[in-house]
Amino acid sequence: MSAGRYSLEAPAALVARRRRGKVFQYLCLAATLTGVVTLVVLLADVLIEGVAWLTPTFFTEFPSRIPARAGIKSALYGTVWLVGLCALIAFPLGVAAAVWLEEYAKKGWLQTVIQTNIANLAGVPSIVYGILGLAVFVRWMVAFTGGRSVISGALTLSLLVLPILIIASQEAIRAVPGSIREASYGLGATRWQTVRHHVLPNAMPGILTGTILALSRAIGETAPLIMIGALTFIAFVPDGPRDQFTVLSIQIYNWASRPQADFQHLAAAAILVLLVMLLSMNALAIWLRNRYRRER
Amino acid sequence: MSKPAVFEAARRPGGGIPALSGGLGGARSRTAKEAAIGGLLFGSGAVSILTTVGIIVVLVWESLAFFRRVSVSEFLTGTVWTPLFVPQHFGVLPLLVGSVLVSIIAALIAIPLGLGSAIYLSEFSPERLRRFLKPVLEILAGVPSVVYGYFALTFVTPLLRPLIPGLQLFNALSAGIVVGIMVLPLIASLSEDAMNAVPRGLRQGAYALGATKFEVATRVVTPAALSGIVASFVLAISRAIGETMAVVLAAGMTPNLTLDVRQSIQTLTAYIVQVSLGDTPFGSIEYQSIFAVGLLLFAVTLGMNVFGRWFLKRYREEYA
Repeated sequence: MSAGRYSLEAPAALVARRRRGKVFQYLCLAATLTGVVTLVVLLADVLIEGVAWLTPTFFTEFPSRIPARAGIKSALYGTVWLVGLCALIAFPLGVAAAVWLEEYAKKGWLQTVIQTNIANLAGVPSIVYGILGLAVFVRWMVAFTGGRSVISGALTLSLLVLPILIIASQEAIRAVPGSIREASYGLGATRWQTVRHHVLPNAMPGILTGTILALSRAIGETAPLIMIGALTFIAFVPDGPRDQFTVLSIQIYNWASRPQADFQHLAAAAILVLLVMLLSMNALAIWLRNRYRRER
Repeated sequence: MSKPAVFEAARRPGGGIPALSGGLGGARSRTAKEAAIGGLLFGSGAVSILTTVGIIVVLVWESLAFFRRVSVSEFLTGTVWTPLFVPQHFGVLPLLVGSVLVSIIAALIAIPLGLGSAIYLSEFSPERLRRFLKPVLEILAGVPSVVYGYFALTFVTPLLRPLIPGLQLFNALSAGIVVGIMVLPLIASLSEDAMNAVPRGLRQGAYALGATKFEVATRVVTPAALSGIVASFVLAISRAIGETMAVVLAAGMTPNLTLDVRQSIQTLTAYIVQVSLGDTPFGSIEYQSIFAVGLLLFAVTLGMNVFGRWFLKRYREEYA
């Protein structure tokens, strides 16, 4: 067969361009996989170092100078107290602020100022919230909070997660179709009745997803709690919001910063507990989001 | 109630037909209730303003006390930082340089990897792979900072020590690497958002002119999304400067004025943690110094955030 007049082969220049594109594509894939691989390596490292130390007594013992007897009981209780109080404080405040911004506020300077302010607060380093908590909740409000207490920590972390919660709630509220509001107003409902009975129930899955993600941020926070003095050696569980406390993340820091290998293993075991809590919260949030998507 | 009166009530703001709204309270109390709820909701929104005011007042107030003892110029230009032993020196440059050094290392890691991830996710990735990669990046972003610190100290540093002679147990390099990994998802997700906002028509136009996928990604989509991409870099670097626990665990507590990444350094954030770990009495100069350092940290990160957001707004192409 003789060659035709027109070749079906791509010209050399185009082949080179396509090859360059392929190389670039694989480089980008490699960049993406770096993150994935790092996560896998991190999880494997923590698992290998810590899993043998996850004994039943690890959950029922208080911290100790002797690694074999040390546990996370006080840290676990402290974490649950802290996140529970944080949810009680931040959820109503955050949802209310989001409702105000989306449903009540008139477009104008006041709304713009508050919105910009929330966006900027989301970028403030967590340790700065720790400084605020130290000065305001631990020192000035000592009569109410009892100083270096669970409630001081919960208030500090509530301020820290509020911007995340507000922004997520606003997005959920914005996604509620306007026709629902119009129908409600059309039937003579007031603004609050519309919000209470129609907007909020429709937005709730999105709001809850945002709340869970905000609280999972609170669970992992360490620096602001060190600032407000969540002591690291606590051999009791808090009885009330004004008691001293410690949390998992601080216990991890405390153990990780010691040179002995056994304490490093304890840190890894505590990280496993923390990560399991975080991953189950994330899974819950993703499940909520997916269920909501399917229903719409 | 006569017919006109009913209409009158319905016309009032927040009013309705009393018989339908429970009747007992009537339109007036309903209006009052509506106003009270509006006030409560606004009060919740105002908490964010109070937070900002609180941060500024606390930082400035205690810093003023600090600057009565140490001059601003000594603080900002001094090269020795030894507040915890005699003779005390309060030159913040070693801490500032430490923070900047860690952030530069983090940026060198996070910017290429984050941008590469964003381009891959937005331009190349098959949908099924994307659905797997996005949550993984979210989890990577959700891993607490103290865990990254543990990882840097017990995995990254031992891994690097045979490769890099003179690498200390605590060093800026490992800290910078893990902080880079931490902020990578931020760059990836914000940049990808910016790329997704580029209208399909621009891509199709380029394809119609014979461009390859690579050329569309690098010469059409990336330039069109540039403001979002640059903003993501700025926000990520600001996050890196404010990063605390990973740096505390991995980089140590040695305020060295050095650019040698193998050495232990101290960042602004790590110093604040170091002081609050000790038993520093309220009102002492050490106690006040954390507010001065905090003010500097707040000013730097806020400045970068405001700049990033402004840049995003100012240079965003409007594709309507």
